[in-house]
Amino acid sequence: MISIWFFIGISLLVNGALILAAGIYELVNPPAHPAIVLFNLHANVWWGACLLLLGIVYSIKFAPKRHA
Amino acid sequence: MMPTVSMFVANTLVHLSSIDVAIVAFYFALVLGIGFYLRGKSNTGEDFFMAGREMTAWVAGLSFLSANLGALELMGWAGSAYQYGILATHWYWIGAIPAMLFLALVMMPFYYISKTHSVPGYLKLRFGEDSRILSAVCFAFMTVLMSGVNMFAMAKVMQIVLGWDLNFSIWVSSLTVAIYVALGGLRSAIFNEVLQFFLIWAGALMIPVLGLYEAGGWANLKVEITQRASAQYVHLWSGLGHFSTNPMGIHWTGIVFGLGAVISMGYWTTDFLVVQRILAAKDLRSAEMAPIIGAGFKMLVPIIVILPGLLGLAVLPMHLTGEAQAAITGGHSYNDVLPLMLARYCGPGLLGLGVTALIAGFMSGMAGNVSAFTTVWTYDIYRPLINKTASDSHYVSMGRWTTIIGVLISVGTAYLVMQFASIMDYVQALFSFFIAPLFGTVILGMLWRRASKAGGFWGLLCGTASSVGMWTWVKLDPTALRYVALSPDAKGLAQDMYQALWSFLVCVVVTVVVSLASQPRPAAELNGLVYGMTEVPAVGNLPFYHKPLFWAGMVTAVFIVLNIIFW
Repeated sequence: MISIWFFIGISLLVNGALILAAGIYELVNPPAHPAIVLFNLHANVWWGACLLLLGIVYSIKFAPKRHA
Repeated sequence: MMPTVSMFVANTLVHLSSIDVAIVAFYFALVLGIGFYLRGKSNTGEDFFMAGREMTAWVAGLSFLSANLGALELMGWAGSAYQYGILATHWYWIGAIPAMLFLALVMMPFYYISKTHSVPGYLKLRFGEDSRILSAVCFAFMTVLMSGVNMFAMAKVMQIVLGWDLNFSIWVSSLTVAIYVALGGLRSAIFNEVLQFFLIWAGALMIPVLGLYEAGGWANLKVEITQRASAQYVHLWSGLGHFSTNPMGIHWTGIVFGLGAVISMGYWTTDFLVVQRILAAKDLRSAEMAPIIGAGFKMLVPIIVILPGLLGLAVLPMHLTGEAQAAITGGHSYNDVLPLMLARYCGPGLLGLGVTALIAGFMSGMAGNVSAFTTVWTYDIYRPLINKTASDSHYVSMGRWTTIIGVLISVGTAYLVMQFASIMDYVQALFSFFIAPLFGTVILGMLWRRASKAGGFWGLLCGTASSVGMWTWVKLDPTALRYVALSPDAKGLAQDMYQALWSFLVCVVVTVVVSLASQPRPAAELNGLVYGMTEVPAVGNLPFYHKPLFWAGMVTAVFIVLNIIFW
């Protein structure tokens, strides 16, 4: 059976990639009037990257064939 | 790349970008995918209702915690933190940790060794069929109604926060839950609860991190809250010497004895919604470790629930009020604090993850209700009362259909609440009537060999009736609160604490008196059910750091230190 941790890895990987992509887009094309406070910290870039990395680790470590 | 998506209503707390919508859509696709994947692995009763009893301590522990970590709970307690300050943390620490550790070390061996499918199932073994049927019917009825009330409340939140149509929220979420639980049973519910645990932390952790940065750290936050509200908003215990010296209007005896000793013990040790997750553990050691792991993470939950509420007090430009006043003024209510903080710090992507965390919390809470309802209906009502001799596959089929019917009843309740809002208060009160007396019955059954069948049944019945009686008394005459909660300064939450304490005591007294006046059960029938009559298997020759007692001690030490730090 596929491990629950693999599903969690996939979830973190996809969400991390989407958040990182959104963050990089905003970094390259910053809005004139940011809708959030602390926009300058670009949280979606570094938090998206953290989730993406964690997702990659989980997805590989608990990949069905490898885990079996 | 990311135009704002208008979701039915323009004037909402937050607006989702296309990336945010993609994140929400991916979540729905993933949970349905998990349900379809697990379909072929839930063919026996043991698989469907008990997840094959093969969950590791980590999976069972995180699922145990997640079943309680619903979206309404997150938003409600963040709002309570804004309203009452750090006192709301008591519901996460003294209102949970001792009970979880008690479940792990004292009660779990009896639940696990008896191989019961449910808490009413344990009552059947210990006190007989009458007690089982009483608790099963009450639990099934209340669980499915609570599920409907939560469904409506969540749809209302989605309408306010995102502008989603009520019907859309109710049907999309309920059908998704119905599909994945009916396909994969408890295993599917547990998988999604663990997934939800990660999503909630991933989606909510940015609020306290960025909030503390903006507030200038914890020390500056305390100064700001003291100036805007009062110093008592940042102290856990120092204002509890009198009902009038803290924002909650509660005395420390209510917190310690009502919340810590009765309500939380009742909820965490006898509410089948959470206990079912532990019963799915693969062995006794995992079953004991699971609540300890849950307790360790439970202590951290205030970081993503209470801290955002406190930060809201310090950094939000507007003043939040109660629901009624907010409706009149058009302002925001306490319960809006978490979405407001989400909108304050989370841009595209992060906002989608935060909203997904709320949706996931709601859906897994509903899945928990439905899977527990399904098991209790099939094993504790349908099998003993309607069809005793059917095959295992028949009961699995009944479980799948009950899942769908349970969801449909919940949807019906949601629409009923939409028409008659006061039903919500009654249903939420109903649930609290039963938990404290049930704890009295179960704990006496486990620890006192003299407790008889008649004692257990009448104790449970009288305790529940006393709880209903006190609630009705205060409803008809609000001044009666001074008698129930021991003070004219007491407020609503104090009533819950003391009502639970009195109904627990009524249950215990009646159980003891009736037991002493009736025939005890033969000792041979109590093996595996009662302390002193049961040989609990040793955990084996493990190093000390693998033993549940060691980790329970570690959690206790951290729990004590945290209470001293925030005294």
